[in-house]
Amino acid sequence: MRRTLLAVLFFVALLAIWTALVRANIWSPVLLPSPRAVLDYLINSVRDGTLLQATAVTLRRLLLGYFIGLAIGLPLGLLTASLTFVEDTIGVLALGLQTLPSVCWVPLALLWFGQTEGAMLFVVIMGTVWSVVIATDTGVRTLPPIFARAARTMGSGPFHRWVHVILPASLPYLISGMKQGWAFAWRSLMAAEIYVTILTGFGLGHLLHYGRELNAMDQVIGIMLVIVVIGLLADKILFSPWERFLHRRWGTGRV
Amino acid sequence: MVDHVSKWFRQKRQIVHALDDVSLEVAEGEFIVIVGPSGCGKSTLLDIIAGLEKPDKGQVMADNQPVLNPGRHRLVMFQESALFPWLNTFGNVMFGLRLKPGLRNSERREVAKFFLHLVGLEKFMEANVHELSGGMKQRVALARALAPNPRVLLMDEPFAALDAMTREQLYGDIQRIWEKRRKTIIFVTHNVREAACLADRVMIMSPTPGRLREMFEVKLPRPRDFNSIEIAQHAAKLTAALKGHVEHDAVTNA
Repeated sequence: MRRTLLAVLFFVALLAIWTALVRANIWSPVLLPSPRAVLDYLINSVRDGTLLQATAVTLRRLLLGYFIGLAIGLPLGLLTASLTFVEDTIGVLALGLQTLPSVCWVPLALLWFGQTEGAMLFVVIMGTVWSVVIATDTGVRTLPPIFARAARTMGSGPFHRWVHVILPASLPYLISGMKQGWAFAWRSLMAAEIYVTILTGFGLGHLLHYGRELNAMDQVIGIMLVIVVIGLLADKILFSPWERFLHRRWGTGRV
Repeated sequence: MVDHVSKWFRQKRQIVHALDDVSLEVAEGEFIVIVGPSGCGKSTLLDIIAGLEKPDKGQVMADNQPVLNPGRHRLVMFQESALFPWLNTFGNVMFGLRLKPGLRNSERREVAKFFLHLVGLEKFMEANVHELSGGMKQRVALARALAPNPRVLLMDEPFAALDAMTREQLYGDIQRIWEKRRKTIIFVTHNVREAACLADRVMIMSPTPGRLREMFEVKLPRPRDFNSIEIAQHAAKLTAALKGHVEHDAVTNA
């Protein structure tokens, strides 16, 4: 209760400072719109449907790409951790590509797929896959061998072992890898949407971009707020339950 | 059940003569303790019996079948509890049971509860592994190893990492459980007193290369008190024998 109150107070104070700055008239309202103007923009764009539609388009790209990325990255990471041949080939490739900022995939994706959903998906998948591969790989490699030994004596075969021992045992690494993958995917998608118009759908990045073109600062700030809120929600909805589970089971984190 | 072990063993990177022609027969329901200094290959021997390692010569027979792979008929209890941190106490005991075919899930749950009760941890079914003390962890590991009803229980210095008080308590527990369940147990340790307290038969091992040297029978009534004079006397005998072999080897090798 006290924590919630403090958090609310903090954000109210931020708003107050913002309003005070606007009132002081140091910058032109074109550069610094009032919280009121931003709120008006958000309400209007919700009413005429643009904001919700853009959010839906963006989230669809993000979630679809992200889960495809996970579906590719997890098994690849398991493979690089267990077969030297895959480690020397895919493993090295993953390490290299992971250092590549995922925005760098945008030009290539546009040439390959055109200004379509395919290009957006490709960018998101590339942002996700490699960090998931590396995290899975690290997770599996750092497992104490005793877990696998104990499982083997209980009659656990190779496949059973993957599903019931190695994956759950490396969960702490997997979760942090999935979070990193998520962050990369989200950033690269935003960059791609701001960078190019995608003919098949109008996302949040585009709204942001047109806000700039139209010198509509209320729109720019409004969309940025929406993006921040989506990031926060994703963290709370997708990862917090897992992390709470980890902390409870493994006994890590704050007591 | 006859378990005839006769083998040689080399390690991969350098050739270490870990076990030299070790033979051992264990009868059904017997409590065997293998004692030896660290590095004498006793854990290796246990791994081979478990099927976790392959011998370079000789073979392990269990119920007239050669042991080629690990399996649930020979469960191992390790020095570290090797409990799975992603499962709670109950889930850990269930792990081996789920791998046992021919049971309904409700039966599995009953069995798991029964064994948790046997080790005195029925109140901690929902506890997470990190919330248990060292002794409690080993009790859970014991329940996990007993639950699928293996033919043989292999114990690799399971109490070595525990404090003296907890250990003595567990000596009592394991004897009580063994009386009830009459499992065949092969127990490895470097602690002679532990050996004297638990074993029907004690095998003495000497290092480089690992060899079984001598066999002692301990014919004391159970349950035995770890601190009793008889145990101390047996332990002294074992220590003397152990020292004798190690010193004799030092002289012959020099």
